[in-house]
Amino acid sequence: MNGTVEESTAEQEPETSKRSGRKGGNSLTKREGRAAYLFLAPWFIGMAVITIGPILGSLYLSFTDYSLLQPPEWVGLDNFERMLNDDRLHSAIVVTVTYVFVSVPLQLALALALAFFLDRGVRGLPIYRSIYYLPSLLGSSVAIAILWRQIFGTEGLINQLLDVVGIQGEGWVSHPDYALSTLIVLNVWTFGSPMVIFLAGLRQIPTMYYEAAEVDGAGPWTRFFRITIPLLTPIIFFNLVLQLIGAFQTFTQAFIVSGGTGGPADSTLFYTLYVYQRGFGSFEMGYASALAWFLLVVIAAFTAINFLAAKRWVHYGD
Amino acid sequence: MATSLDRLPDDAAKAVDDSSTGGPRRNGRRRRIYKHVLLIVFGFAMLYPLLWMLSSSVKPSDVIFREPSLIPSAFDFSNYTEGWNALARPFHHYLFNSLIIVVASVIGNLITCSMAAYAFARLQFRGKKWFFAAMLATIMLPIHVVIVPQYILFNELDWINTYYPLIVPKFLATDAFFIFLMVQFIRGLPRELDDAARIDGCGHFRIYARVIMPLCVPALATTAIFTFIWVWNDFYSQLIFLTDPDLYTVPVALRTFVDSQGESAWGPLFAMSIVALGPIFGFFLAGQRYLVRGIATTGIK
Repeated sequence: MNGTVEESTAEQEPETSKRSGRKGGNSLTKREGRAAYLFLAPWFIGMAVITIGPILGSLYLSFTDYSLLQPPEWVGLDNFERMLNDDRLHSAIVVTVTYVFVSVPLQLALALALAFFLDRGVRGLPIYRSIYYLPSLLGSSVAIAILWRQIFGTEGLINQLLDVVGIQGEGWVSHPDYALSTLIVLNVWTFGSPMVIFLAGLRQIPTMYYEAAEVDGAGPWTRFFRITIPLLTPIIFFNLVLQLIGAFQTFTQAFIVSGGTGGPADSTLFYTLYVYQRGFGSFEMGYASALAWFLLVVIAAFTAINFLAAKRWVHYGD
Repeated sequence: MATSLDRLPDDAAKAVDDSSTGGPRRNGRRRRIYKHVLLIVFGFAMLYPLLWMLSSSVKPSDVIFREPSLIPSAFDFSNYTEGWNALARPFHHYLFNSLIIVVASVIGNLITCSMAAYAFARLQFRGKKWFFAAMLATIMLPIHVVIVPQYILFNELDWINTYYPLIVPKFLATDAFFIFLMVQFIRGLPRELDDAARIDGCGHFRIYARVIMPLCVPALATTAIFTFIWVWNDFYSQLIFLTDPDLYTVPVALRTFVDSQGESAWGPLFAMSIVALGPIFGFFLAGQRYLVRGIATTGIK
């Protein structure tokens, strides 16, 4: 008992007064460091084997030709040259970029509007919040993708409803002009999770500011654009980064709705779906790795641009 | 002061336009009712596809295409029995497979992510700042970049068509999102608790296990629920690592179902989709408090 007490008081020392007892302090920091590395051991292994190793592995593979059967063969920049002339890749990029830049702003605008609408004083807020949040949890599942395929099918729910008002609808998912829109709708439908984040952010804005503005005669629109939006910019930024990264990686919905083909006419050939087709459909692992690395670079670039641009429009308090 | 404080959080917008027409009271009340009507109508529209799928799952297949209404004219549970036996194995086989992976993933994430989070939140060690930054960066890492080498690795280990590629990473704290979530949570706990425990002679492991973890229950619950939902929904890695139909999980089995039956069997397809969504819905109802809090704490410091 005595021993442990002494030991633990000694352990206190480096934290409270770093300068005294240097030798003891060192061994104690060392011990704390050792404990930390033990706690982090699984994470270190995972980082090395599951994350960093494969990142470097795919970088290497992107300069090779590899089909799993023979050892990888170094081909230099061939894969990247092939990317320049790959028409399906180009349409996949167009599809993905369209999807990301149409669906994310719509989704965030809806999330923000509803969060603002729900904020403060709506009775039953938790119930509304839950109802609106539910689609976010389900949105990426195969079951919902199946539902979407039916809803926007030739004989689907949408066309039944249109039929009631006398309009003859298209087979939305099987029409090259509309198939992508159905997936955009699906992403907008999952606005609930950014909305919950907005709600939490709105709650942190002190009512004091609104009071002061009201005293100064500011109307509701002025208050919204001069107080709410500026104070919420860090949250808007956070949501934007998160949703952009997520949208770039959309896979399941496009895979199920198009039956794995990215059709009709490659109109739902998402970038990730194309990577899957090359890598695991025809086992062109080298080319798939080059494609995947390009995706990584693009996502990193967009995130970096986001962070740089954020300096101009995101206001961090104090 | 007090009155303005009361009114403001309620409906700041009201105060100004109320003066124009009628009494402020009545007008405000009508406004509030409009607001609720709008919110309810919108919520109903959001949920309509789900409710419609639920009701269609008990309609005979030929009626699904003619009836947009939510209340089925006749209840018919044959879709469920038909769907349950439509694939090579009865559907509970796939449910059980999914359950194995999900339960193992939850256990793995709870143990290893909380350990890493404790180290990041409470301990000093060399390189902490860099490791922490690396951990945050992996949250944003697309799985598509690492999946090919992972596949090659697991193939070398003869792990393709086993559950190891899906489970083992969870025991290596690879879901950095949850580490971040728990770091945020642990940082909010008073350090005096650790210090008191240390004075009582506790080492780091006991502080972690006896002091920090019991206080982390909300964060652990969030982690467990999110892990459950994400792994249950996960399609991509299960599609890639599992090609033996006996090992299929619910999402992969559903995909086979939709590909083999196509447009002809919407009833049974919907029935099995409802079965697949059931557990998520259950967890959502049971744990929505933790879900909402979890999103909020990771979103805002």
